[in-house]
Amino acid sequence: MSGIGLHHFVLLSAVLFSLGMACAIARRNAVAILIGIELMLNAAALNLAAFSRYGALRAEGQLFVLFVIVLAAAEAVVGLALILAIHRRLRSVDVNRADSLKG
Amino acid sequence: MKYGFNLADGVFWFLAAAAAGGGLGAALSRNIVRAVFFLLLTFAAMAGLYGLLSADFLAAVQLLVYVGGVLVLMLFAVMLTSQIDTAHKSNPAGSRWLGIASGAAMLVVLWTVLARAPLLDAGAPGYAPTTAELGHALVEIGFLPLLATGFLLCAVVVGSVVIARRARDAE
Repeated sequence: MSGIGLHHFVLLSAVLFSLGMACAIARRNAVAILIGIELMLNAAALNLAAFSRYGALRAEGQLFVLFVIVLAAAEAVVGLALILAIHRRLRSVDVNRADSLKG
Repeated sequence: MKYGFNLADGVFWFLAAAAAGGGLGAALSRNIVRAVFFLLLTFAAMAGLYGLLSADFLAAVQLLVYVGGVLVLMLFAVMLTSQIDTAHKSNPAGSRWLGIASGAAMLVVLWTVLARAPLLDAGAPGYAPTTAELGHALVEIGFLPLLATGFLLCAVVVGSVVIARRARDAE
């Protein structure tokens, strides 16, 4: 029996998720925050694929990963378009400066 | 047979180290361009991990969508928005210690819970292509979500063009 099992993939995914969360919280550059979000989405997708192979999910897990990837791409496109618009208005992508809606 | 399993283990550890190292670099790098390239390492390693999970179609999609699409888009955004000549301070850390502390706390919680969780490990089947199975599932279970995703992508394309166009064109 192979030494690599479901636990290894799940724990690797936990590591990637924590790194993505640290990146999303620690950064002020909006692009870096998007990088953190992409890391977290990838970690979750890795979980689904691992359960698809080792667990009770079969093709459904991979189906979820497919939709997660597509939605993450859509989210990245809209997010980067928003970042471009913010940069055009403020000449900066520092999220602390985009506070026009703050009361 | 034993040798084949050991080889798969070695590949897993190599890819896991590449993914975690890339994630670490992307999270902590001061230079935003360097962070994007660290993210490239992570995404490529994730594609390899999908291959190791015998999800061959997902590996191809990961390479095509993430490495070919999202990363190039991110590089464009970085080049268009950051002053590259001041790249070493283009990625300021707002609350670096808060981020590191919350990430570490998250890791501790997830690790302690998951390491002792009785995961239902049904055992891995042998390596076989799963693309046909995924295609059947896509049409049989996921047909409505597939259509909704198509509409969403259309809206995303139009919406992002509207958002990102120059302001003086809108007036």
